Amino acid sequence: MVKLAVIFFTMILVDNYVLAKFLGICPFLGVSKKLDSAVGMSLAVTFVMVLATAATWPIQTFLLTPVDAAGNQKWDMGYLQTIVFILIIAILVQLLENFLKKFIPALYKSLGVYLPLITTNCTILGVTILNLDNGYNFIESIVCAAGAGIGFLVAMVLFSGVRRRVEQAVTPKCFEGLPITLVAAAVTSLSFMGFGGIIDAIFNVAA
Amino acid sequence: MSENNKMKILTNGILNENPVLRLVLGTCPTLAVTTMASNGIGMGLAATFVLLCSNIVISALRKIIPDQVRIPCYITVIAGFVSVVQMVVKAYVPDLDKALGVYLPLIVVNCIILGRAEMFASKNGILDSALDGIGMGIGFTVTLTIMGSIREILGSGTWMAGLGKLVPALGADFSIRVIPESIDTFSLMTSAPGGFFVFGILMAGATWLTTRPKKSAPAVEGGNA
Repeated sequence: MVKLAVIFFTMILVDNYVLAKFLGICPFLGVSKKLDSAVGMSLAVTFVMVLATAATWPIQTFLLTPVDAAGNQKWDMGYLQTIVFILIIAILVQLLENFLKKFIPALYKSLGVYLPLITTNCTILGVTILNLDNGYNFIESIVCAAGAGIGFLVAMVLFSGVRRRVEQAVTPKCFEGLPITLVAAAVTSLSFMGFGGIIDAIFNVAA
Repeated sequence: MSENNKMKILTNGILNENPVLRLVLGTCPTLAVTTMASNGIGMGLAATFVLLCSNIVISALRKIIPDQVRIPCYITVIAGFVSVVQMVVKAYVPDLDKALGVYLPLIVVNCIILGRAEMFASKNGILDSALDGIGMGIGFTVTLTIMGSIREILGSGTWMAGLGKLVPALGADFSIRVIPESIDTFSLMTSAPGGFFVFGILMAGATWLTTRPKKSAPAVEGGNA
């Protein structure tokens, strides 16, 4: 249980995907202008992230690189990982879009516009691959994906606040728009570095 | 189409439509792998290869692929080439594979590649698309290298460390020491905030270069970077 909590909170605060690992910068810069769209995008991302992890983990473990009872690899099709995962994510996003449109139109209305963008959001593919690289089991992977999603949400919400202030600042002409936003992101990311070590201290574990 | 125009397509990607600094595409790998200049070169070359091949194939198939399913088709083509790059890099430059880590498979979702497929290759002929791919690739590589150089020199005091792994002729320990070891390095530059910061400054520089009022003298490219 402690291990799961450690993974979850590490993903949110210390290994935040956006601010520490540089995944999902495009939506981070693109949709963080308004608070409600930032929240909508992040919720959609979290949802797809967990679903994608739940779908890709068994595929990698049982289809691409299966291991028999004695621990020997039966066959290795790991080189297909990239192509299989991205197709699964694309299909998943499409299915989710159709499902929401049909059964939960209210949710579709609020998340709908962000769904097509998610296919090319590198956090999704990143989290599914990193989970396997880290050797997490199924439950740990799901928790990690959820943590990554919440971490994305936290970063987006915080940054949309920062951004509102930055937009009104007077800057040199060539810094207007994105450049100054990136400098602001640097400061936000700097503040997140302060969380380093907090998880170990709270849960009393060595990293 | 005239010679001049072809040249323009090729050079467009380097400054005027620089994919990273002007179009703001592919920001994730830009920020993530540029802790060292040599990683920037490696990433840039890998992406250039994928960009060139996918642009050619997508341009060749542009009349066959139905409009409604074009995005999945593009992604499949791109993912195929990324897998090729992944296998080649793993086999011949395993150190680069380790340094780039998850960002190598993530070239699939690099918006530069899908973006150029959608914006350029799906509307233009094969030769033009190939030129566009090369130009954009060079722009990407140059930007990554410049950013990597700034962060590496300020952050660890060396330049091009690890290049020996890309070019075996230089020897594995190749690196140029720019800041003497006795001076403490500004290690923040190699961590996350430094990435955002340098990126912001570079983008402002590119904006200044491309939008400043033209005087008589021809622009000096990349001079202030």
